[in-house]
Amino acid sequence: MSGAITYCGHCGGPLDAGSHDACAERLRMEPPRFCTRCHRRMVVQVTPTSWTAQCVEHGETSSP
Amino acid sequence: MTEVSTGSTTADAGSTTGGADILAIAREQVLERGVPLDESQILEVLRTGDDVLPDLLALAHEVRMKWCGPEVEVEGIVSIKTGGCPEDCHFCSQSGQFTSPVRSVWLNVPELVKAAEQTAATGASEFCIVAAVRGPDERLMTQMREGVKAIKEAVDIEVAASLGMLSQDQVDDLVDMGVHRYNHNLEAARSYFPQVVTTHSWEERWDTCLMVRESGMELCCGCLVGMGETVEQRAELAAQLGELQPDEVPLNFLNPRPGTPFGDLPLMESSEALRTIAAFRLALPRTILRYAGGRELTLGDLGTRDGLLGGINAVIVGNYLTTLGRDPSEDLALLADLKMPIKALSSSL
Repeated sequence: MSGAITYCGHCGGPLDAGSHDACAERLRMEPPRFCTRCHRRMVVQVTPTSWTAQCVEHGETSSP
Repeated sequence: MTEVSTGSTTADAGSTTGGADILAIAREQVLERGVPLDESQILEVLRTGDDVLPDLLALAHEVRMKWCGPEVEVEGIVSIKTGGCPEDCHFCSQSGQFTSPVRSVWLNVPELVKAAEQTAATGASEFCIVAAVRGPDERLMTQMREGVKAIKEAVDIEVAASLGMLSQDQVDDLVDMGVHRYNHNLEAARSYFPQVVTTHSWEERWDTCLMVRESGMELCCGCLVGMGETVEQRAELAAQLGELQPDEVPLNFLNPRPGTPFGDLPLMESSEALRTIAAFRLALPRTILRYAGGRELTLGDLGTRDGLLGGINAVIVGNYLTTLGRDPSEDLALLADLKMPIKALSSSL
């Protein structure tokens, strides 16, 4: 993925609007559901030891 | 938003003192004779106070060790079809009826085999393929047929499935594929189920479970606690599971999902979760009792350990269907620390 991170991967809200500390905490136990570039909902597949998330515009991101 | 109780009855349980009497009864009845507690006895256990929780967990552990042994069954799960479910299970982020951020996706056969390989690499003996559906259609059954065959050719692991409500023909097909265990949860007590699901009935779930039990496949039938049910309904649920006699009971703790009707419910208190684990063990002394979803949030690391020493004898390792779990190596290290051997693959493979 490329481009500036503008949106929260958990709730999809703008990062500069309010706190996303709780979202960051949730992202420790959940894959992102929203693209951080465009806040589109992503297609996410979780497998036993990994995950991938696909944005139709910005491509795929995956677990570390 | 569906209105539900916030479990005030259950919250009161932690302040109740005493419980030595029911523990003495359970010791003689369940531990010594292997006779499960009945509904009224389970309720007494659920009403015991935090002061007797250590003794309750110790007794449940003794029951598990005597009637099940020290082995722990390790399983991995994967979603073959995620999201877009027509049902309205109020806890589930995969329902198409709620404004959940979960989008629909299908897993293809090569990815399914890869997920089975990931699971086997953890030392797990079970791999469960799950679909968010009311029941399987022909497309899903075809995907299952090809996927199970490919897994059996590539990976030494037992294959289980969870595809919703089944017809008798579908039960027979799954047996022919070599699926050895089928999961279909009751989810909630019969009296509380209408507050949880309105698109199908508790009785429909029960009927599928009976068909599976008669089929030769093992029956895995569990539940989700912490959905606002009363402590009486939790006892009712344990008794109904006892009546069904499944081979395995996966015990989930509500992880409130954004956008679902239960999305704003609080997490269950860890002491209440542990008390529930012990009560279910005393209701189901010979059943595989598995940690399933929500344990990481509800119990944390310390509570996970306490549950394994309080009646649990199986775990789901790694990630869940739409959320993430602990690193499998952490659970395996914990089992090694507790000197609990991992159940090996059956010799039938």
